[in-house]
Amino acid sequence: MSAEATSAKGGPASAGTPALKASLRRAERKKRRGAFLLTLPLLLFITVMFLIPLLGMFWLSVANTTMTSYMPQTVKELSTWDGKDLPPEAAYAAVASDLKVAFKNHTFGRVAKRLNEESPGAFGLINKTTFRTARLRTPPASWKDEFVKIDKTWGEKPIWTLLKRESSVITSDFYVAAIDMQYSPEGKLERVPAYARIYIPLFIRTAWMSALITFLTLLLGYPLAYWISRLPEAKANLMMIAVLLPFWTSLLVRITAWIVLLQSHGVINSILVGSGAVADTARPQLINNSLGTVIVMTQVLLPFMVLPLYSVMKSIPDSYVRAAISMGAHPWRAFWRVFAPLTASGVGAGVLLVFILSIGYYITPELVGGQNGQFISNRIAYNVQQSLNWGLAAALGTILTAVTLILFLLYGYITGNRKVSIT
Amino acid sequence: MNTPTKTDAFVQFDRVQKSYDGETLVVKELNLSIGKGEFLTMLGPSGSGKTTCLMMLAGFETATQGDILLDGKPINAVPPHKRGIGMVFQNYALFPHMTVNENLYFPLEVRGIGKSEREGKIKRALDMVQMGAFGNRRPSQLSGGQQQRIALARALVFEPSLVLMDEPLGALDKQLREHMQFEIKHLHETLGITVVYVTHDQGEALTMSDRIAVFNDGRIQQLAAPDVLYEAPQNSFVAQFIGENNKLPGTVEDIADGRAVVRLATGEVIAATPVNVSGKGQKTLISIRPERVEYRAEMLPEGAHTVEAEVLEFIYMGDIFRTRLRVAGSDDFVIKNRNTLDQRRLKPGEKIRIGWAPQDARALDPL
Ligand SMILES: Nc1ncnc2c1ncn2[C@@H]1O[C@H](COP(=O)(O)OP(=O)(O)OP(=O)(O)O)[C@@H](O)[C@H]1O
Ligand SMILES: [Mg+2]
Repeated sequence: MSAEATSAKGGPASAGTPALKASLRRAERKKRRGAFLLTLPLLLFITVMFLIPLLGMFWLSVANTTMTSYMPQTVKELSTWDGKDLPPEAAYAAVASDLKVAFKNHTFGRVAKRLNEESPGAFGLINKTTFRTARLRTPPASWKDEFVKIDKTWGEKPIWTLLKRESSVITSDFYVAAIDMQYSPEGKLERVPAYARIYIPLFIRTAWMSALITFLTLLLGYPLAYWISRLPEAKANLMMIAVLLPFWTSLLVRITAWIVLLQSHGVINSILVGSGAVADTARPQLINNSLGTVIVMTQVLLPFMVLPLYSVMKSIPDSYVRAAISMGAHPWRAFWRVFAPLTASGVGAGVLLVFILSIGYYITPELVGGQNGQFISNRIAYNVQQSLNWGLAAALGTILTAVTLILFLLYGYITGNRKVSIT
Repeated sequence: MNTPTKTDAFVQFDRVQKSYDGETLVVKELNLSIGKGEFLTMLGPSGSGKTTCLMMLAGFETATQGDILLDGKPINAVPPHKRGIGMVFQNYALFPHMTVNENLYFPLEVRGIGKSEREGKIKRALDMVQMGAFGNRRPSQLSGGQQQRIALARALVFEPSLVLMDEPLGALDKQLREHMQFEIKHLHETLGITVVYVTHDQGEALTMSDRIAVFNDGRIQQLAAPDVLYEAPQNSFVAQFIGENNKLPGTVEDIADGRAVVRLATGEVIAATPVNVSGKGQKTLISIRPERVEYRAEMLPEGAHTVEAEVLEFIYMGDIFRTRLRVAGSDDFVIKNRNTLDQRRLKPGEKIRIGWAPQDARALDPL
């Protein structure tokens, strides 16, 4: 068709000429446009429902607009302050003027809350200063003296360091908090005291429990996938349906079933006690702790390990291992030297897939994790729903997203290279 | 090729049976002796049990009944990795994660052959298949024919005395296949190995083998050298399966001293050589090769019977003429004539008389 089109415009294009390339481009463009139109609805959906919220989260994790919105004069004055000595009188006046406006607009509370997140005690200071300056009929001779009279904190540097740091629209405060660090009163970065460290231990716990869960799914999934992949087609399909069955059951139903099984007066404990294997008073705690999270998540995520493994193993014909055996290798050796290396891409894909899903898991740790089986996502949810520190939640979420994204790129690299699919 | 007797057989199947499901026998009462250094081909239609026999010999399937002997010793209880049999698979089965050298290294390594010795053996094996320059490539960087050669080299590198090949050339195009047939045959001769070869390509079987075992339905239908198989098929199945074949159904009128008189469906009477018919009145199928049929009266051998025929179609094929005739009520009787100077092109509609030497018409079972 395109050959006719070109010949109509003066002879067929011969190989390698610009004319041939141009007509190829024309033909390709049409095809590409068709493909683009077909995926357009999905692209729009993803943009609106996924990309924009993701960008929103990222913005929240660095956004710091309180000072610039409600204390504009202070921000301006402090921008020239070198931070060595106390700021000049003009800065005190600017704070007073800003707080007056904020008082009128009822916005000083937001300033107080934001500063308090960074430096406990700032809430009271801002409130007190706002009320006291609002009560003044005439401006005092020196705002500085007046402020120090209201609270002697104003006569020391830390509050000013804080105000200057918060003057910037972009902040790293939430990230600093997300990795269990803080600014000292002198404005230096330091780790928070040991008792207050939450997030780093939680990140570590999330990572190592995910690794454990991934390892367990591999341990259970590899022999299973191997066995299914060696079955005749019809039986293999039946077994894959059995493996996938959990997908079609509500996650909540499955978790509830696990609770019934694992709780201290549940099925398993009853059997253990009933058979005399354990004393009634020594029932093992199988749920509402990290053990519960590991057990249930291993079951929930197992199909994600089996699928890529099965897909890779199915494509390995018997003849490889048979060839190795015919050459004199013991079946075990043939398996390790020939079969196992050929499944490496499937193992890589399965491990990354399960690990990625695991580090972001929320519902299972929430329901069966108790105190020490919680994941980072549960803490993010807490910051969103209860402590209302969205900036911190967003910073934690962004860190998690970044880790996931790196792992996912790795996954894409593995699967793209070796043509593994999960179906 | 002299047929091996029971005592000097290198490989022997002794009343071997095989069933996968416990209901149907895939291999029925197989008796087969293969001599040392012989090139034996198992030929047969799909599902006739060839691969199953090969797998039993290699040890990947167990015989349900009977014994398999290798060099006089029963091997039923020997695990496959201890049998020392080289194998070449249809899909080559080269390990994709290893280079060519590593592939060839593998059988030597598992046999604990010393490092210094390995290099030499690998080099010799690769040179044998003219692939010396490809040692560092991965299988995916080789063409189908090259992969096949490497598979061959790998099966030979540990110097097994028996090599099994299951349709090793099935995936190659015609030209390459013919070339590789020649090379395999050549290697077989120079190395003196015993080869059991499976194929369902009869041309391949005829050109390569010392003897061919024609399989059908789990049984060997005939075991013979290629020329015997082609010229003296023992039953209708073999006659049909090997080469092109004309068949004329009829009834035996008389049998005496190696001659049978057969009445065809149209009432005409012809002479034939009885093969597996025994009595008068028996139904039979006469089998005649297309190139053994003559229509020129002066060329007919002494004592030949002639039969009326009508030309239906003439096909010019270059070196030969292929003419389809209606003979004794059947529409697919084919004759082949060489395109020589004295040859005439028959015209559709033309009425001719055809004939053949009585020993070329073989009276077989009626299928
Ligand atoms: N693993 C198996 N399980 C059950 N039946 C099998 C198995 N392998 C082969 N069969 C059956 O045994 C019969 C013989 O199979 P076999 O593979 O030996 O045939 P073949 O002669 O090699 O055919 P082809 O030319 O198609 O390779 C077939 O009917 C097949 O369906
Ligand atoms: Mg086969």
